[in-house]
Amino acid sequence: MTPSTPTQHPDLAAKFVADEDRMHWHDQALWFVRLKRDKMARALPEWEELRERAAAIKAHTMSRLADYLEQFEAQATRCGAQVHWARDAAEHNAIVLSILQAHGVTRVVKSKSMLTEECHLNPCLEQQGIEVVDTDLGERIVQLAGQPPSHIVLPAIHLKKEDIGALFHQHLQTEAGASDPKYLTEAARQHLREKFLNAQAGITGVNFAIAETGGFVVCTNEGNADLGVSLPRLHIACMGIEKLIPRAADLGVFLRLLARSATGQPITTYSSHFHGPAPGGELHVVLVDNGRSGILASDDFRRSLNCIRCGACMNTCPVYRRSGGYSYNATIPGPIGSILSPTRDAQAYASLPSACSLCGSCTDVCPVKIDLHHQLLTWRGELRKRGLLPWSKRLAMWGLGWLMQHPRLYNFAGRMARWVVPCLPRGLIYNRMNAWGRQRELPAMPKHSFRELYSKRHDQ
Amino acid sequence: MTSKAQILSAVRRTPLPLRELPPHAGPWLTFADRAGQFATSLASVGGVCLAARDVAAIRAALETLPQITAAKKVCSPLPELGVGNVSLPDVATPHDLEDVDVAIVPGEFAVAENGAVWVNARGLKHRAILFLVQHLVLVVRGDAVVNTMHEAYARLEFAEPGFGVFISGPSKTADIEQSLVIGAHGPRSHTVFLLEAAP
Repeated sequence: MTPSTPTQHPDLAAKFVADEDRMHWHDQALWFVRLKRDKMARALPEWEELRERAAAIKAHTMSRLADYLEQFEAQATRCGAQVHWARDAAEHNAIVLSILQAHGVTRVVKSKSMLTEECHLNPCLEQQGIEVVDTDLGERIVQLAGQPPSHIVLPAIHLKKEDIGALFHQHLQTEAGASDPKYLTEAARQHLREKFLNAQAGITGVNFAIAETGGFVVCTNEGNADLGVSLPRLHIACMGIEKLIPRAADLGVFLRLLARSATGQPITTYSSHFHGPAPGGELHVVLVDNGRSGILASDDFRRSLNCIRCGACMNTCPVYRRSGGYSYNATIPGPIGSILSPTRDAQAYASLPSACSLCGSCTDVCPVKIDLHHQLLTWRGELRKRGLLPWSKRLAMWGLGWLMQHPRLYNFAGRMARWVVPCLPRGLIYNRMNAWGRQRELPAMPKHSFRELYSKRHDQ
Repeated sequence: MTSKAQILSAVRRTPLPLRELPPHAGPWLTFADRAGQFATSLASVGGVCLAARDVAAIRAALETLPQITAAKKVCSPLPELGVGNVSLPDVATPHDLEDVDVAIVPGEFAVAENGAVWVNARGLKHRAILFLVQHLVLVVRGDAVVNTMHEAYARLEFAEPGFGVFISGPSKTADIEQSLVIGAHGPRSHTVFLLEAAP
């Protein structure tokens, strides 16, 4: 999917940052989740071993992905499921639509699935007169607000309870001004129960699909996926081809990591294992490529396919926390999104790999050990090679590169700067050319350079 | 060429060296008191664990739980308990279970590290009962508590089609400002009886 306008992360982030109180509130809300994750990780002595195992299982799976896909299809079929293959988003949407139309379905409940977001399934079904209700509370909130999720695990993390109170007052007739989370959740419960009981089909995502058994696992806290597929007879599960794991017992590793990394819970409330349809029902599994085979072919970015969508990299990222999910203008925001999005459209998403301070915190918390910040750095080089950096950045990089290759000149320039900059009028330093100085002061110029201090100390 | 063939050939286009699949055995956590740890873990996720010497003790305990004494419709596929007024096999569609207040259902085993109980839907005509009721009660043998998820999967086989679920506590959400609210769509309370004697 190509966004209509190229994403400029700094411009979109500037909008979010303009409301300083809300920015700090957002930052703190996510940091709170990060701290809960830390507590869980430290409570397990084998945490690092689990991460190693998870990375190794994923690396193995990717090295034999086609075999596992074939095995999964055979086993899932044996269990009574119908397996479909979609090369891209359009084919995925067409498959889902044709299944629903064949059953005369006009009311669908859907649990959280980043894949269907990626494919923009909802508008496609709505155009055909099918009502699609997102049933995860956070997703229902953003759906009523007409927004996409701003976080993959916490879709409405950018909204305050007062915003949600106003939204529910408008759509669910809750009392005006009511913002108590308990009251609002109860209102959503009653509203969505009605939707569950009247739905003719349930759509879910897939957290893990098991090649050996042909089953798959869906994890939720609310129980919305289970209600959505145990009341209607028709269940459609949509998954990217990278969701595969070889053996059921591998879930021991992944389910121990997923919720601890995502929200700091020891496990999600419900980890549902589907092997074939419910008695008397029908189960369809849609396997979607949509660019994944291309990423698999890339030595640089292949490991980004190991992602289990826990969101830990977002919760820890100092840029994401302060710029908000929408500043990435992509289905998957944050560090992992900044790797995945340019693989779809390098030009449109060229600013994302630079929305990163290379602090490496994402890499430290990733439960499957994706080297996120290394891949972001690799992307920057790749974007330069493809000529996709803005001229200002290219010019500055070229100039700095040239200067650094000339040590004498570099030393001279440093000496001049230390002497001249403190004497310059503010307007010459803090202007449009100096993006860095927009929100902060330059540090005070030291009297001596590091090199001077070092040689002085060495001589003593 | 079909979409399947195209996807598989695209995936196979770049041959990757085989990476080794790690074994399942590990230096995994164990607990001296698995049942005690299970109770602690379950409490941390909003559930309640009660020990019961026998079925009669469960029946007695049920009479003290307000959510159960106030219940109008109770469904219990455990005949030996002798409670309940909704018989699952007699219910035509899962939608008819909408107003059931309490379900008392057997769990196969419990997991100490995270408070989860494995529930197999094999004996349940409508698996929706697990998610639709207002209050869920699970009965698990006290000697069926494993340390970690690794041990849990060592016990599980998926040879036959079917549905099974790890349930850890009541349905919950924190989607509004990270405030934890119990009772999102599913059960508002979650009680697990660890039964000492075999039922």
